[in-house]
Amino acid sequence: MAIPLTLQINGRRVEALVAPVTLLVDFIRENLGLTGTHQGCDTAQCGACTVLVDGAAAKSCNLLVAQVNGGAVTTIEGLAAADGALHPMQQAFGRHHGLQCGYCTPGMVMRGVAMAAEDVPAEPEAVRCALSGNLCRCTGYRGIVDAVCEGLQRMRAPQGEAA
Amino acid sequence: MNSFEYRRPTRVAEAVQWLRDDPEAKLLAGGQSLLAAMKLRFAAPTLLIDLQGLHELNELTVLREDGEALWIGAMCSHAKVAASPLVRERLPMLAALAHGIGDQQVRNRGTLGGSIANADPAACWPAGVLALNGTVCTDRREIPADDFFTGLFGTALEPDELVCGVRFPALVQAHYLKFEQPASRFALTGVAVARHASGVRVAVTGLGNGIWRWTEAEQALASQFIAGALLGLQVDPAQASGDIHASAEYRAHLAGVLTRRAVQHLASQHLFSIPR
Repeated sequence: MAIPLTLQINGRRVEALVAPVTLLVDFIRENLGLTGTHQGCDTAQCGACTVLVDGAAAKSCNLLVAQVNGGAVTTIEGLAAADGALHPMQQAFGRHHGLQCGYCTPGMVMRGVAMAAEDVPAEPEAVRCALSGNLCRCTGYRGIVDAVCEGLQRMRAPQGEAA
Repeated sequence: MNSFEYRRPTRVAEAVQWLRDDPEAKLLAGGQSLLAAMKLRFAAPTLLIDLQGLHELNELTVLREDGEALWIGAMCSHAKVAASPLVRERLPMLAALAHGIGDQQVRNRGTLGGSIANADPAACWPAGVLALNGTVCTDRREIPADDFFTGLFGTALEPDELVCGVRFPALVQAHYLKFEQPASRFALTGVAVARHASGVRVAVTGLGNGIWRWTEAEQALASQFIAGALLGLQVDPAQASGDIHASAEYRAHLAGVLTRRAVQHLASQHLFSIPR
């Protein structure tokens, strides 16, 4: 039996009828066509499907969309400003070339954004530890860690002072 | 996953009634183990009862009338426990234990209640609950940790029983160490040592057959709380199981090493701590 849902996706109100078995990642990709969120391992290990649920990072392959009913979800598509300007974390990934094939990147960026609210220091060791739920098979992480450190600094800089 | 029905109760009694009405129903806390099990068809419930709306299960507080015991509601996430100033001050071992589970995404969703009700033989929470001598409070009774865990994925819970939270005694000096299975971050072996006024408790997780108390070590430490008291003691490998990640012998060996390290940590800390 389908259940009715009402949730905010990237600030937009979405209403839908879904089967309870629907995973959040499938709802985002299939129902909403937001394919920036990637499905990697489907076993909650790789982190490619990471999104924010009420501001906290979660693996959308390991959540039913029904569990976030009434909540607010942010995906990679929701980060850029209305005028298209990329989020500071996205800009930092570009600057440090924090990707190679790019498959893990949406999850990495969302995880980096979530760290800002967790008081993770913008230091390589702390960021590596906080990134432990996200796997990259190409880069060796160096560019990613540098990017997250810079992204965190820029997110925390007072408005107008961001370099 | 097989299809199922999904509901959110607004009262504990409602959840219990639904469990009674449908023997194939299952409670859904954070779902971090259950959904994975359902994807693999290890579990195929006909109804998922999502407890997130039961706000009383999300409380984390000090019970002033109960010897300053710490109450952690079943639906408190690992992340909430890890970040809680109350837990950090009163039972820092639990905050550290919670922070070491999985990764941040998993900690944001997974819960204390879900973990102990699942009783995975390599989970961290059972070690903390058992070493601290926590009391598991359900919708109908209070179960001491020693009676709650009954082996591999086994608990004393009735089929229609719901964990409301765990009460932990106040200000017990305790330490938890685990040797991680690097992919899952479950404990290849993990040891929680707690120093109570009434004695020492040593709980070992990850050996493979469910959480286990190393009573020999407890007795040795009760007379003298130093790592040297454990000299000559070892965990019998027959107590452990082997798998692709580690042999029974290696797990038993790790249990000894981690216990000595945890005791060393606590014994040295004790020298410099201010009595309160």
